[in-house]
Amino acid sequence: MSKMIEIRWHGRGGQGAKTAALLFADACLGAGMYIQAFPEYGPERTGAPVASYNRISGEPITIHSAVESPSVVVILDPTLIGAVDVMKGLPQDGVVLVNTNETTEEMGKKLGLNGQKLFVLDASTISKETIGRDIPNTPMLGALVGATGMVDFDSMIEDTEAKLKKKFRNKPEVIAGNVQAIRQAYETVKAQHA
Amino acid sequence: MSETKTETSLKGVKNLAALTGNEAVAQALRQINPDVIAAYPITPATEIVQIFSTYVSDGLVNTEFVAVESEHSAMSATIGASAAGARAMTATSSQGLALMWEMLYIASGLRRPIVMPVVNRALSSPINIHCDHSDTMGARDAGWLHIFSEDAQEAYDNTIQAIRISEHPDIQLPTMVTMDGFIISHGMEVVKMLDDDVVRDFVGTYKPDTYLLDVDKPVTMGGLDFTDFYFEHRRQLAEPMEAAPGVVKQIGEEYGKLTGRKFGLYEGYMLDDADYVMVLLGSTAGTAKTIIPELRAKGIKAGLLKLRMFRPFPYDEVAGLLAGRKAVAVMDRSDGLAGLGGPVFGEIRSALYEAKQRPPLADYVYGLGGRDCGPAQLMQVFEDMQKMAVTGAAANRVNYLGVRE
Repeated sequence: MSKMIEIRWHGRGGQGAKTAALLFADACLGAGMYIQAFPEYGPERTGAPVASYNRISGEPITIHSAVESPSVVVILDPTLIGAVDVMKGLPQDGVVLVNTNETTEEMGKKLGLNGQKLFVLDASTISKETIGRDIPNTPMLGALVGATGMVDFDSMIEDTEAKLKKKFRNKPEVIAGNVQAIRQAYETVKAQHA
Repeated sequence: MSETKTETSLKGVKNLAALTGNEAVAQALRQINPDVIAAYPITPATEIVQIFSTYVSDGLVNTEFVAVESEHSAMSATIGASAAGARAMTATSSQGLALMWEMLYIASGLRRPIVMPVVNRALSSPINIHCDHSDTMGARDAGWLHIFSEDAQEAYDNTIQAIRISEHPDIQLPTMVTMDGFIISHGMEVVKMLDDDVVRDFVGTYKPDTYLLDVDKPVTMGGLDFTDFYFEHRRQLAEPMEAAPGVVKQIGEEYGKLTGRKFGLYEGYMLDDADYVMVLLGSTAGTAKTIIPELRAKGIKAGLLKLRMFRPFPYDEVAGLLAGRKAVAVMDRSDGLAGLGGPVFGEIRSALYEAKQRPPLADYVYGLGGRDCGPAQLMQVFEDMQKMAVTGAAANRVNYLGVRE
């Protein structure tokens, strides 16, 4: 993979948009790719709209300016649609993933798709059933891999598990739930490939 | 000339890590394992010492960690520890560096080889937490060596090398190693780390020549000079600055043999035959590296001169590199408010004074307070340079890039 892929994550403060970008970057590095992961820093408050970004490439990444035209957009919270221009800069052949309980048709209309490929999944419900809380970032990570196939799923889940073990060394009970959430989301999105 | 061409495959590379700039520097500090770190938190540099404090509490380092009540105290304690004979360090940013001001001059005046990572952030007012270079640029005449880093890897590499540079017998001066706030400090990138023992062997054990706790060789530090000796003592500070370029190159070579990453006073990117040269410091140099090949593909001979050392400033090298070019654009991520552009512009103009073929020259103040500077803005500067080459002079000597007027 020599062409650089740029990803924008939309969420609300506390939903883990930053962590998702960091975890995804780490998994891509594990697969031998060059990575960048960075949040957009503004007035951070729980619930306020936030964004974070990834750049992934087979070649060294030297660019250090903002991501203007991502090829993938991941939306952790559907209530951001309309409040934030979530489709900004996404080209016609781009991919958008939304955490929603609406159908692809309903969501497609709401987003005003212009040729982009849409994947939907109810990551919040998956998260509540597996982790016990509505933290949609890790399932959306699985969904991203399912949608783009950018990294091998098994190696991604292995890397993410290792990273979560480090992050939650005082809360080991959340790790199995997260891994289950990622797997379930991955399968849900895989099934939507036309 | 140091043109960059490195192996790009990550296959089989050991000690690869996905780290933010702050994490990378914290790791470097852990590997250096200094005797003392005294620090006070400030965004966006806080994480460096916050992460390091966990290494202290986890027993991974032998460092005495001193949590102080201000940056003025942080630098004071660091100077005190260094004077006592310890390898002492701190880290800061922006207002924190500003509060250290009087102590910065004392660190250099006492010839303390302190290494301080600084995360570049704008100065108030208005309050802003984002990147520009006005904080360390304001300290450019404080007698500190000043090394800029493009990315997290360089911040890591420069921090390790700075220990050897500062402690070199011919230098004995403090060094600040900078990285761009948030863009690098909080951006995660691939970092090739060294083994702990490799870093420890490279930096070696600190053996100070003179220190206060050496009872066999008592010395005074921080004495009072009247008109009789002050001038002589200050005059002595110019000598290590003259010696620094040679030492920096020698240690950069040695580090290159160890790591495959060679460092000098600057880095040239497609510079050798370039007609249009952009001069940059810090993270935006990486962005320039993405557009220069595009310009080359169109037959436009664009190139980049990325300065690594800002103090001492490599006047002769820069003059040699820039003389005879069709046009040169200097990029300043701080405004000197000097009446004629930013601090880098002043140095470049000065360096070119004796050059036989002075190129048309313009300054571009950009990115203040974290304003994004992307490929489109840099392209505009290269377009301006092509016009300058035709007319023989810049339309405006000083330009403000990406600002609403």
